[in-house]
Amino acid sequence: MRAMVYRGPYKIRVEEKDVPAIEHPNDAIIRVTLAAICGSDLHLYHGLMPDTRVGHTFGHEFIGIVHEVGSSVQNLKVGDRVMVPFNIYCGSCWYCSRGLYSNCHNVNANATAVGGIYGYSHTTGGYDGGQAEYVRVPFADVGPAKIPDWMSDDDAVLLTDATSTGYFGAQLGDIAEGDTVVVFGAGPVGLVAAQSSWLMGAGRVIVVDHLDYRLEKARDFAHAETLNFAEYDDVVVELKKQTDYLGADVAIECVGAEADGNLLQHVAGAKLKMQGGSPVALNWAIDGVRKGATISVMGAYGPIPNAVKFGDALNKGLTLRMNQAPVKRQWPRLFEHIRNGYLKPSDMVTHRFPLEEISEAYHVFSAKLDGCIKPLIVPGTA
Amino acid sequence: MTSGDIPSAYIREKRTPAPSREELRARIPGWGVDLDPADRPSNPKLLHAPDTGAHWDFPERQPEKWPRERSVEHAFVTPVFGTAQPPKGLSGAIRKLAYARFSEGRLAHWMLLVVGDRVDAVANHLASLATSRPDNPITQTGVKAEFTHGGLRSRRGRVDARHHVLDPLVVGGPWVVTAVVAVRALARAGARVRRR
Repeated sequence: MRAMVYRGPYKIRVEEKDVPAIEHPNDAIIRVTLAAICGSDLHLYHGLMPDTRVGHTFGHEFIGIVHEVGSSVQNLKVGDRVMVPFNIYCGSCWYCSRGLYSNCHNVNANATAVGGIYGYSHTTGGYDGGQAEYVRVPFADVGPAKIPDWMSDDDAVLLTDATSTGYFGAQLGDIAEGDTVVVFGAGPVGLVAAQSSWLMGAGRVIVVDHLDYRLEKARDFAHAETLNFAEYDDVVVELKKQTDYLGADVAIECVGAEADGNLLQHVAGAKLKMQGGSPVALNWAIDGVRKGATISVMGAYGPIPNAVKFGDALNKGLTLRMNQAPVKRQWPRLFEHIRNGYLKPSDMVTHRFPLEEISEAYHVFSAKLDGCIKPLIVPGTA
Repeated sequence: MTSGDIPSAYIREKRTPAPSREELRARIPGWGVDLDPADRPSNPKLLHAPDTGAHWDFPERQPEKWPRERSVEHAFVTPVFGTAQPPKGLSGAIRKLAYARFSEGRLAHWMLLVVGDRVDAVANHLASLATSRPDNPITQTGVKAEFTHGGLRSRRGRVDARHHVLDPLVVGGPWVVTAVVAVRALARAGARVRRR
């Protein structure tokens, strides 16, 4: 089969690989029909995540057709059209039993601090991902779900991570009616977080980024006010001015390890890998909210320590909430919202690349060329 | 400043209340449909999940085809694990040491894994030179897209453009350093041979 493989920081190519095999009775092999590149894939691509091995196939956002099932699989059959959450999880451990699917303890031998994720280095379990023609899906009776007939492929693939994560991020913000919510980052997760904030009763939503085309999307797609941080000497002061010197009631950080806005932090974190990513957006969130506020962190960071302004968080009495999204827990409600027209994830798709051109796809997404917001990868279209 | 100008942060209530429900509902499709926390799927946090689809208390164990590296914070190798890219060579030895010796709480664990990654990349780049498909930094970095997807146009006026110039250094720097070291070593060896 053809599969994207990592060759070292900033370098990937498509190679011929063996079709994955059933390794556990509850495995399924999925033929991938559509995949996406996630902003967090860029952290791997840039060499930020420890134990990213040469030959690894990335991709944790994908849908496909069931190609083969293991002997104990009961809920799926060959030919089913399925969507697969980015979390790999057993459904039965202490964590899964309490709905914390992203924190499963039975799937990641390499680390206890994170659950299992497809195609996201050995730090999340060493599973090859879905930017390929086929992928092994463990616990086929637990994670994947059949795609409803009425749902488009684009909406389905965006539900496997970005949409579910953005919506989950708004939930962790504990938004109350009338709250002012500031969302850092106008990528797919931030756009959905902004939209979801309205569903939870926000009175005002402000999206912060520096890319004008993404801020335009935040205004059109998410009905948000926008703030281009590059236009201000100090974005924190501007946020205070715009909120009558209180600061926002809730912040949702949807940027993660490669935040811009402070050259020193960016170079130390994202380029020199001296910390687990650049915490610029997180520090702005801490300083930009009011005292007693809640910060929801959806941006991904590596396990190496970061220069986070924890003292400010303490002294302001902030509540910091964060996790990888337990994707499938969000789906029933999100299916309703998509069906009712409240959310339309497919509107965020800007680019489609054949798998054979995935190097260009990563470069376009990484360098944010050509108005790119969400690139999809289509296997088998060379 | 008169008392009427004092910002909200210094008085009891916000001076600018949020727009009314009617106004927000008219402007935002679906405004407030998840206002009640009970409608939010991740509330409460520790919800006993109904039926996850699991039909086991503890999953059957996946066969271990090689001594699978694992975090020392785990009691055992998890019943299911990834089998992609088993550790091998020098990078494999470094990775195995990181897992066997240091917990996730130790910086040494992560730094060794980062060193393992760099050794892995260099070893594979060098090994690729002896194959019919050597690594190609032009095609593998996708820079062709600079010409097909508006590289210059897309960067105009952007605040992050100043660190984009570092990317070629991050990608090419290690190769340049390696080449300089190799050339110097060869020159030194040549001079030694000539002296004899």
